[in-house]
Amino acid sequence: MNHAVPAAEFASNPERAHWHSESVWFMRQKRDSAVRVIPEWETLRELAAQTKAHAISQLPDYLEQFEQNAKRRGAHVHWASNADEHNRIVHQILAANDAKLVVKSKSMLTEECHLNPFLTDQGLEVIDTDLGERIVQLRKEPPSHIVAPAIHLKHHEVAELFHDHLGTPRDATEPEELVQAARNSLRDYFLRADAAITGVNFAVAETGGLVVCTNEGNVDMGTGLPSLHIACMGIEKIIPRAQDLGIFLRLLARSSTGQPITVYTSHFHGPQPNGQLHIVLVDNGRSNILKKEQFRRSLSCIRCGACLNTCPVYRRSGGHSYGYTLPGPIGSVIAPSYDAKQHYSLPYASSLCGSCTDVCPVKIDLHHQLLAWRKELAVTRVLPWTKRTAMRLASIVLKYTWLYRLLGFLARKLLSCLPRMILYNRLNIWGRQRELPLPPSHSFRHWYRNRRHGK
Amino acid sequence: MKELGPREPIMMRVGLFIPCYIDQLYPHVGMATVQLLERFDVVVEFPEAQTCCGQPMANTGCTQDAAPLAQKFYEIFKDYAYVVCPSGSCTAMIRHHYDEFLADRPGFSDFKQRTYELCEFMTDVLNIESVSGHFPHKVGVHQSCHGLRELRLASSSELVGESYNKVRMLLASLDDIELIELSRPDECCGFGGTFAIHEEAVSCLMGNDRVRDHETNGVEIMTGVDVSCLMHLEGLIRRQHKKMRVMHIAEILVESERMLP
Repeated sequence: MNHAVPAAEFASNPERAHWHSESVWFMRQKRDSAVRVIPEWETLRELAAQTKAHAISQLPDYLEQFEQNAKRRGAHVHWASNADEHNRIVHQILAANDAKLVVKSKSMLTEECHLNPFLTDQGLEVIDTDLGERIVQLRKEPPSHIVAPAIHLKHHEVAELFHDHLGTPRDATEPEELVQAARNSLRDYFLRADAAITGVNFAVAETGGLVVCTNEGNVDMGTGLPSLHIACMGIEKIIPRAQDLGIFLRLLARSSTGQPITVYTSHFHGPQPNGQLHIVLVDNGRSNILKKEQFRRSLSCIRCGACLNTCPVYRRSGGHSYGYTLPGPIGSVIAPSYDAKQHYSLPYASSLCGSCTDVCPVKIDLHHQLLAWRKELAVTRVLPWTKRTAMRLASIVLKYTWLYRLLGFLARKLLSCLPRMILYNRLNIWGRQRELPLPPSHSFRHWYRNRRHGK
Repeated sequence: MKELGPREPIMMRVGLFIPCYIDQLYPHVGMATVQLLERFDVVVEFPEAQTCCGQPMANTGCTQDAAPLAQKFYEIFKDYAYVVCPSGSCTAMIRHHYDEFLADRPGFSDFKQRTYELCEFMTDVLNIESVSGHFPHKVGVHQSCHGLRELRLASSSELVGESYNKVRMLLASLDDIELIELSRPDECCGFGGTFAIHEEAVSCLMGNDRVRDHETNGVEIMTGVDVSCLMHLEGLIRRQHKKMRVMHIAEILVESERMLP
């Protein structure tokens, strides 16, 4: 898949692309206001980067420590090496408890593993309870943003959707009305649910506790009513100590939506009385990323979405154009490690402006990782041969000063004498919306030489 | 604070690195760079064997094709006291991305620290804080990304800390110049090298947004430290027959001296 194709389609409606860009930028602006009041912001980022780097460098030890402590608190811990295993484990737990209806809160991991379609195929009913997730679930499409899954939709589109699925009046387009309709409908599912599935934001090795951050309280509604709670997490979610939360909770909410802290920060230490807590630890390619030194830092990601909000390309091409669970810069770094051929275009879906690197709360050098992927794709010849050949030819020309000068001379002559209709032919992609530079009569070096010789 | 006027000449050989597209398509930017540096008594030398730093290849991932150009560049420039370049992006290539080609060469780590973008050479090496000149125009500074976030010519809007801007500082010292505040101080223009071609649609959308930000805030002349970004923006401006002019910062600094009463 070539990102440029769906991106161009998205951009072909400039009005909508601008509206999307501005909605997403609003989150970046809220982030800016929230971080500028923290004088120690850069120190927090540095602490977070170091804590994550440390945790990841000793991941096996911390995972075992976490497992022991979680078990001590009465949780069941499962290990899944890939998405299939994860899905089967979750299904087995549900089947053993005769669960039919599952309420799920937001989890990028279960999206990554395609858990919903798997469980639905097994005859279960899975209801996403985060409002944005519920909207995209009803539309049968993937989330387009890590923290705002339905950011690509206007509220009249949500109104039509709710009219069709929830029976709201056709003229009910006010956000408050729509939210109320979603709440009423979800309340019924919460009351009837047999099990709750949640994601995990942080897993604390020293306590065996889990932390889940939301703004809607759906995690607490879900886990409070049915007695079966399944928490699914990638193995990189481990942090060493409870006190580290003091760094990460502040960074996460401020970077993500500009809130000082998420509305609900739920801590789970073992199951509720007479209930069950199952924790599924999922690798699914993470240890492969861990092996590659230049991409290891991407495992520090806390899924705040700040790199999406700031990315000028994401904002103008939409989350679905990336064709991967995680869109934006972080998705473009992670996706190729799963399937370089399928996702080869993602590291190129960036102007390498570096805003993602500066905004990242855990200091992942995202734009350098994108560049590192480009190298990897060229070396492994996944990059199309046309691009590799163009670069090879350019390199040969630039190696020989005389050849470079000759071709520069010819280019200037052609630019100045070719008729416009030939110059701006269909193959001239630059010229579709832009003028070519006006050719000067001489090069800089010509001027310099004449000047030196006193001409 | 240094002002224009009689003072000790700077006795150092400065190698002038003129990026390939400036050499061939924007010679006046190179000329302005020479004139500007000479005004501050810098002895400038343009080694004629130079071509390109290899950034287009390196940014596409074609390291093998960039390597010989990096070697060639180093051979040509290694003996200069300083290397100065009127482009943030090309300077960043040498300072931050040449390690993989040249890290084993003795003297390289010192060399890359001696390679400067024009504005930072003026502010950090020549310690110039103000330039005399008269430029009665409304000017918008497009803060090119590599100059901003790789060379740190200014504080980026994402980071929390002291705010500074070497490019604006030089411009602000001109008489009667009006530096316009943009709605987005450092959003990317969408050039991005080959990105401008393979993501043409998004690239142009980004460029148009950048132009509009300047336009709605009343900018007459758009400037910056990277002709590559400006070439993309000027291409859009000329196609749409807009009145805004585009100038490299060296051109403004040189022209403003001529406009002194």
